[in-house]
Amino acid sequence: MSALAYGVVAWLFLIGIYGVVTSRNLIHLVVCLSVSQSATDILLLEIGYRSGGHAPVFVSLPAHPGPAVDAVMQALALTDVVIGAAVTGLLLALAVQVHKRAGTLDPDALRATRE
Amino acid sequence: MSRRARLVFFAVAAPALAVALGVGLAGLPSFGSQLSAYARMLNELAPRQRHVTDVVSAISFDYRGIDTLFEEFILLAAVAGISVLLRPLSDETRELPADKAPDRAIPAPSPAVWLLAVLLSSLLALTGIETVTHGQLTPGGGFQGGVILASAIYVVYLGTNYRTVERFQPAPLLEAADGTGAAGYVVIGLLGLLAGASFLSNVVGLGGPGNLLSGGTIWLLNLVVGVEVAGSFAILAAEFLDQTAVIRTRRP
Repeated sequence: MSALAYGVVAWLFLIGIYGVVTSRNLIHLVVCLSVSQSATDILLLEIGYRSGGHAPVFVSLPAHPGPAVDAVMQALALTDVVIGAAVTGLLLALAVQVHKRAGTLDPDALRATRE
Repeated sequence: MSRRARLVFFAVAAPALAVALGVGLAGLPSFGSQLSAYARMLNELAPRQRHVTDVVSAISFDYRGIDTLFEEFILLAAVAGISVLLRPLSDETRELPADKAPDRAIPAPSPAVWLLAVLLSSLLALTGIETVTHGQLTPGGGFQGGVILASAIYVVYLGTNYRTVERFQPAPLLEAADGTGAAGYVVIGLLGLLAGASFLSNVVGLGGPGNLLSGGTIWLLNLVVGVEVAGSFAILAAEFLDQTAVIRTRRP
């Protein structure tokens, strides 16, 4: 179970980086970065998971089954999501301006416009 | 670096990274087996100590409140950066698209679309307020609720047009919401200092567990963060919308 859980994290992270490296479009590149970043969210939640655990919300409802999962990791994942949104927004704004200046979103074609 | 060179570099670097990741991940406790002592302690203590039922909120806004302060400032800085990046440049100007056929009126959105937008945006506004104010009770809080609130404005745009949505989101108001929300966090933090405790201490009355007004500063911080995030995401959408709707190259 551990191998699958943590394998998904490594796979998501690497496939995202692969997308960034081979990207032909800046918007696509930003999405790939988000894929890579979502690996960190999953890793945080997986570290905090406990088999059969329930959400760390202790309302007075009849009998929660089992123990609660790690709330610290969920709080960190929340931070991660917010930072991810901020970074994505900034990069997309940059992509808009690049397209206006260079007329292209292909990172390889940008080199030619610099000279 | 050429495309080919980059791929070769990746082909060499990726396995190295994969191995490093694998070694790191293998050192973690096996999936689902145990919780850290810190997590167990907080799950145990937070409901009794802070009178909250959602421990995640207690951690974000109380035990690790200073982290969230900086998180909020990062969002503020990013939105300020986006506003600067997407401002009209020296060769650009803000004007509504010229009407090529002034004798023909723009058809109003169909009543069905309009009704859907009104229903959906009021529902979203309600859900947003509910999520913000119940952060200490149920999953949710300022960040999640703020995004839902901002999306209510997006729905108004989908159901009507640019001019209407401009009325709904005056830029000064959104910017004020963004700034007030961020400053409010610091002010609530200073309450702790005023009461003779440390910065961001939970010094407000805690209320009864499970009540709407409970959790002391956790509730208040959720509120200011909700205001800030709603402002931020509405500004974000407005900036990108302006790029397509009103910002165009100045004619010589």
